[in-house]
Amino acid sequence: MSEVRSNAATVKFDHVTKRYGSFTAVNDVSLDIEAGKLVTLLGPSGCGKTTTLRMIAGLEMATEGRIMIGGKDVTCLPATDRDVSMVFQSYALFPHMTVMENVEYGLKFSGVPKKEITQKAQAGLELVGLAKFGHRLPSELSGGQQQRVAVARALVLEPQVLLFDEPLSNLDAKLRRHVREEIREIQQNLGLTVVYVTHDQEEALAVSDRIVVMNNAVIAQDGTPRDLYEAPANAFVADFIGEANIFDCEIESVSKAIATVKLGPVTLKLPSRGQTPGPAKLAARPRRIELAKAGAQNTLPGKIAKSTYVGSHAEYVVSTDKGEIFIISQDVDQIHAPEATVGVAFARSGPVLIGA
Amino acid sequence: MRAESSTAGFHPTVLLWLAVGWIGYAVVPWYGLDDNFFLLGWLLDGYPLDDDVAPALFLNLQGQKLWLAPFALLLALPLTLYGRNRNDPLFGKLLIAVGAIGMGWFFMQGFGIGLRGWNFAWLNQLFGELDDRQFGMGYGALLTVTAFLFLFCVGLAARGAVGGDVFVVSAIGFVVATVGVFIFMPVLQMLANALVTPDGGYSLGSFISKIFSERLWSLGCFTGTRCGVALNSLFLAILVGVLTTLLGLVFALVATRTGFRYRRLLRALTVLPIITPPFVIGLAIILLFGLSGAVTQFVSGIFGIQPTRWVYGLPGLLMAQVLAFTPIAFLVLIGVVEGVSPSMEEASQTLRANRWQTFWNVSLPLMRPGLANAFLLGFIESMADFGNPLVLGGNFDVLSTEIFFAIVGAQNDPAQAAVLAIVLLFFTLGAFYAQRFWLGRKSYTTMSGKGDAGVHPRLPSLLEKGLFTVAGLWAFFTIFVYATIFYGSFVTRWGIDYSLTLQHYVKSFSIGRTEHGIHFSGAAWSSFWTTIEIALISAPLTAAIGLVTAYLLVRQHFKGKEAFEFGTMLSFAIPGTVIGVAYVIAFNVPPIELTGTGIILVLSFIFRNMPVGVRAGIASMSQIDKSLDESSLTLGANSWQTFRKVILPLLRPAILAALVYSFVRAMTAISAIIFLVSARYDMSTSYIVGRVENNEYGIAIAYSTVLIVVMLIVIGLMQLVVGSRRIGRRGVESDMSQSRTNVAAPVVQTPGAG
Repeated sequence: MSEVRSNAATVKFDHVTKRYGSFTAVNDVSLDIEAGKLVTLLGPSGCGKTTTLRMIAGLEMATEGRIMIGGKDVTCLPATDRDVSMVFQSYALFPHMTVMENVEYGLKFSGVPKKEITQKAQAGLELVGLAKFGHRLPSELSGGQQQRVAVARALVLEPQVLLFDEPLSNLDAKLRRHVREEIREIQQNLGLTVVYVTHDQEEALAVSDRIVVMNNAVIAQDGTPRDLYEAPANAFVADFIGEANIFDCEIESVSKAIATVKLGPVTLKLPSRGQTPGPAKLAARPRRIELAKAGAQNTLPGKIAKSTYVGSHAEYVVSTDKGEIFIISQDVDQIHAPEATVGVAFARSGPVLIGA
Repeated sequence: MRAESSTAGFHPTVLLWLAVGWIGYAVVPWYGLDDNFFLLGWLLDGYPLDDDVAPALFLNLQGQKLWLAPFALLLALPLTLYGRNRNDPLFGKLLIAVGAIGMGWFFMQGFGIGLRGWNFAWLNQLFGELDDRQFGMGYGALLTVTAFLFLFCVGLAARGAVGGDVFVVSAIGFVVATVGVFIFMPVLQMLANALVTPDGGYSLGSFISKIFSERLWSLGCFTGTRCGVALNSLFLAILVGVLTTLLGLVFALVATRTGFRYRRLLRALTVLPIITPPFVIGLAIILLFGLSGAVTQFVSGIFGIQPTRWVYGLPGLLMAQVLAFTPIAFLVLIGVVEGVSPSMEEASQTLRANRWQTFWNVSLPLMRPGLANAFLLGFIESMADFGNPLVLGGNFDVLSTEIFFAIVGAQNDPAQAAVLAIVLLFFTLGAFYAQRFWLGRKSYTTMSGKGDAGVHPRLPSLLEKGLFTVAGLWAFFTIFVYATIFYGSFVTRWGIDYSLTLQHYVKSFSIGRTEHGIHFSGAAWSSFWTTIEIALISAPLTAAIGLVTAYLLVRQHFKGKEAFEFGTMLSFAIPGTVIGVAYVIAFNVPPIELTGTGIILVLSFIFRNMPVGVRAGIASMSQIDKSLDESSLTLGANSWQTFRKVILPLLRPAILAALVYSFVRAMTAISAIIFLVSARYDMSTSYIVGRVENNEYGIAIAYSTVLIVVMLIVIGLMQLVVGSRRIGRRGVESDMSQSRTNVAAPVVQTPGAG
């Protein structure tokens, strides 16, 4: 009886819009989140990701559209009546209650029998490894421990959906990695539906089953971490997830979904990804661009503008006709000096075409 | 897992308010009773059939007051909602309709039918003579209309207002209704009264001639005669505003920017205006500078100058008000002066400005909004001050006393009082408005909260010396004044016989023993106990409504919130005299007949002091992170549970502060209640003013001293209780120290500053 289980459910956004006066925070977003998956909302600050999360929680009400949780329309249901828990950025532990009382808090309002409340809360604390800290006040715990109490408090309600609002931003770098692994582990062990908000792309890549990148109140791209990294849908995503050099290029022809792309003197054959002949953009990760000898075949002539040796690799900025290019080279045996002329070569797989 | 709200039976909240409504209609006497309701004497007085004590139901069944019968129908209608879910559109619509019609009909019959049948001539013409009448409404009526109000609110919530939150909607409805009935309605009725001519008609012409009369606006004092009352008030208020601001700034600088070691002592000064009944300073000024004052006699003895009454009028008033209100300015400015970020000043110094240039070009300009705030506060306080002009005014008439004499004096001219009140209201609301919209919105605080290390630079040494001199003189004068009050209470007859005596205390506070036990035989006991009783009743009510309002303002978003905030803070800018006059005019006749009762005193305190509770609540609530509420909500608690389990426990210090503060204010207030006291319910302050008017200074001073001591004890106890509370948490401890200053903070928390 006294163990924490999962009631994972799906979340569905159906053309949801949120406006504050004339300002649109979330614009016509549609979204399907499968049960038992960890989905991250990722984007720069002000992109609408937190508003989206708070609409799932019921802390904000959608201006238009419908929100479904577990197949039930909850659009007009306030937070109290939704079966959703949330872990706040500031943890929001009640300072006048002990850790135990904090974890028991939600259970008291959920019609759980009194005897079970304590057992459940204890099980929740055990799950996050704080079984012995129940009698303490939140102020007597470290930041990481407080964070785990917040997680336990949300978990014990066995919510249909568990929400995290930038849960790691108040932790130091080392702890961050550790806690995010723990969150992922609990999520996978219990099979929870988790919606997770962050602006840190590395964090998002590390924990997610799926990432929803948001920008300017709309979804920029929705896919697995690998999709987003390797096949960004647009320049924003390419640049936001990892770094990317974006080039203007010309598609000469497309046949059998393979495009012949002209980039200055360079010709590339790349998957067309639905692009048609004409001007387009090309995104290439710094690690997918190589330096060759000046004048080598199918390279872009350039000159080293900056050269930085950072131990495991070397970083270059190369100025070319197509603009400055940022390159990360694994070859640290031979460092190119500034002002040296080089050829810039593109890896066979790596550069991707994106919409102009 | 979270339980669906049950669909069967009745919505519990609806059931509750229906029950209250039916109790009001069918069980409790509908009309006001002659004696105290809670003594339950009415149960033996022919209840439930006798006309005087019958509930509305029994009156109707006997064929009387049939205009009350619709309430039965309205209270029966919601019973048809049995088994309906609150999401059912009919549920909300029906409750809204029942509530709105119920309240509407309630006020229509209340105002339409009075002591002599129809209240308005046109009703007479429409329906013919009514040979029935009704008296002021009582607890039955109160319960019924309350039920209608909350049924209305439940209906609104069911229709989705404020996210469908019954608690929040009901709280808003309650605050709006009470503020409407007990602030706006009386003030509006008073305004309407200003149009009344002596023969009972309405005339705009006479109103205009009154409001622009020579009596108010004459510029005579520049040509040798006397100036108008309104100009006197304005002139005095501006002077007081400027002087208190300057002195307050001096003290704030001494306390924060010099090496002054006795800051705590300075802080103690700030308690003085809270514990001092407003006219006490005036009394002390008379004792010192009056015709037979100590200083006057001393000076005339040495220099042979004939003693004059020079102090009565502008000089004395100015002195008394500056003494009384400087601590308020100090409280405002110390926050502002501390708020100027040290790093700004350090930056200025590293940019090669010297101390003097830094002070003049950086520190002072950053304090500008605080200075304006302090000035406006001093201005409003001076305008509203009633006690000092009453004892010290002499021939220098100001608006607040003039209003009083228009009502209680030989003229007995409520219309004139209303006109004067309008002018006074115009000035204070003008200042309030200016403060709010000129400064309120902009944030000048330079403190970012984090990482703002650094030390405030010392002031230029010449300035420092000047500040010390002024502050020292002022402090000496203050101590002198309070010592005079204390000493004066032991003197037989000030100015004539300086021998020490306890007779004033004996006369007012003697305790005798009779065969029935202890007998409080002193003359002052009756008013003293009344004051304590009224203050004890009103303090928790004030704190409660203040904190609920603060919660709504800080934590909730709803349509019309701006207007709501403005309305609730408005009573801060309405001088006590105006409230007093308005209450006398509005609550002297049915439907709400309260004059001469203790209830009207309690009500006046609640709505006079409510902004204090609101400010205290806002100040501490803004320190509680909003995510605490939100996490409680996502954990399944509703907003009422969140308020009770999370917010209230964290607000405990603020609650205590609001309680004590409203208690103390209730004990020292004079301006509003002097209109509202009665033989049965006399209050300390009005009793003291009465003694002053009879030239019994000894008793007046002795009584004032007792009040000051009582309030010192109350505040001291409260500091002890709040100070000794600890939660093992760094953050909270600093919260605690903040809320400790809240004891005094409500004065500082100027309208709109939050």
